[in-house]
Amino acid sequence: MAGVAEKEATAPSGAVASSSSPAIHTVELTKRFGGTVALAGLSMTVPRGEIFGFLGPNGAGKTTAVKLLLGLLAPTSGEAWVLGQPAGNLGTRRRIGYLPELFRYQSWLSAREVLAMHCELAPLPRSTWKEEIDRTLTTVGLAERGRDRVGTFSKGMQQRLGLGVALLGKPDLVFLDEPTSALDPVGRHDVRGIIRELAARGTAVFLNSHLLSEVEQVCDRVAVVDHGRVIAGGTMQELLTGSAVRVRVTGLTADGHSSLESFGPMDVEGEQITFTKLSADRVPELVSEMVKLGGRVFEVVPRHQTLEDRFLQLLDED
Amino acid sequence: MPALPPVLVIARLTVQEASRRRLLLALVILTLIVVGISAWGFYKISTVTGPNGKPPSHEEVIIVSSQLLIFVTFVYSGVLALSAAVVAGPLISNEVESGLILSILARPVRRSEIVIGKWLGLAILVTIYAVGSAALEMTAVDWATTYVPPHPVELIIYVGLEGLALLSLGLLLSTRLSGITGGVIALVAWLMAWIGGIVGDIGTGLQNEAVQDVGIVSRLILPTDGLWRGAINAMEPDVILAQLRGAGAFARANPFAALDPPPVAFLLWVAVWFSLILFLSIWSFRTREI
Repeated sequence: MAGVAEKEATAPSGAVASSSSPAIHTVELTKRFGGTVALAGLSMTVPRGEIFGFLGPNGAGKTTAVKLLLGLLAPTSGEAWVLGQPAGNLGTRRRIGYLPELFRYQSWLSAREVLAMHCELAPLPRSTWKEEIDRTLTTVGLAERGRDRVGTFSKGMQQRLGLGVALLGKPDLVFLDEPTSALDPVGRHDVRGIIRELAARGTAVFLNSHLLSEVEQVCDRVAVVDHGRVIAGGTMQELLTGSAVRVRVTGLTADGHSSLESFGPMDVEGEQITFTKLSADRVPELVSEMVKLGGRVFEVVPRHQTLEDRFLQLLDED
Repeated sequence: MPALPPVLVIARLTVQEASRRRLLLALVILTLIVVGISAWGFYKISTVTGPNGKPPSHEEVIIVSSQLLIFVTFVYSGVLALSAAVVAGPLISNEVESGLILSILARPVRRSEIVIGKWLGLAILVTIYAVGSAALEMTAVDWATTYVPPHPVELIIYVGLEGLALLSLGLLLSTRLSGITGGVIALVAWLMAWIGGIVGDIGTGLQNEAVQDVGIVSRLILPTDGLWRGAINAMEPDVILAQLRGAGAFARANPFAALDPPPVAFLLWVAVWFSLILFLSIWSFRTREI
């Protein structure tokens, strides 16, 4: 019977199923839905114990990649190994935590019962459940609401519970798909702390997020995907090598904006123009050119390139 | 104590959901109301006076009660089939659409275990409900008229299997279709199977093989009507069966009559049918991309 991915096979040649194997390794992983290419030859390696940011615009293939790695989808071609085993391997799933983007839990159960059910399915030794559930509820800030029905929870609380479900049993790898989409700033701060704690104890974290500042703050390494393929990747230092310049200027025409393209990719937001790949030594030349084009320059702020600058620049180049 | 196998965890979760969502409570209350009203109706049969000013004889009460019980059971089996289809229709599809299934599928749980667990949980509920409510109804009828169907155990088994068949079909459809679509298809299939059975009976009455085959094919595709005929046969008193046999082939063209119990070959097919539907459900869910 052909299944989506419930393999019990051991690792194929080339992948070593040991603690030295990477947390995730994919080779030309491709997924098509009919004529639509959701993921086009994804090749990447996520080392153990690192926080890996997986970035991309909507529809770039981020969630598809996570589902392929979890075995929820079958790849059209290519290969993927998770913790040294083929993606979807049943045994490996004991060591994985997952917070889906579309998080939803049994509304008729209490938070404790949801966690107990996952302890049972994980499966964890029954003697550890109580301690595990207490610890998890405290970690995600739901200690006071453990006995309440999930149906009475706000979206943010349900996402916290989902995070708790993903943390159960001290997994070796945790997939977090937009883990702070429903959280307030305090919640986001808490989640960043939880992610750092996971990495500190050696858990690899695969973080799908639109929130670039969040990724910038916690990730060791990132990959940027667009149209289903990785367009850039590496450590944060490797990725953010350039500098950016933000200018507040009025009086420039559309033609004037076009003339400035020689200064590299621009992100125009009203009077603010950010040159996402411009070194500080070219600032006088830029200002001079703007004035020549009839612009009135009010403010010039050179700064280090942020992940957002780099992200926009990469998408622009793509 | 070791952890429960995933199949039993999923089955328990299914029962728990029905209980916490108050589905069980609603069914129990409705059943008590229906049994109460029907008990009053059956009681009236034995106490009403006819044109001669006398209450009906015991034989008359038994005959009327048996036929009325067949009709009540038909409605009841319809409610059971409807409930099974409506509950099974969204059993998997709703969880896929809402994302509820995602965190469970990320655990070391096979999809076959989810399908079997859900089937098992709902099958336990259908069985408990079928046995409990049928026993209650028969007790009420016995109290009101002293009539007990000749084969009460077979009656409960056939009606229960009818509910389980609809549950299985609903679950199969639920692996691919939305809850409402699956539920509606299962219900229409149940009605069509009943009508197919009647057409087949007419074929028997007319001794026309082609028309007769319609009933056979419909019972092979969905065996609910065949099981229903088994339930009717289990309720028919000997005196009625003798009258029907005396009436010839045309007596068979009656959706509320069954001269013979279902043949063994049909019962074997029912076992194969259940296995086949469960196998198809597992295959369909395993090959579904989520």
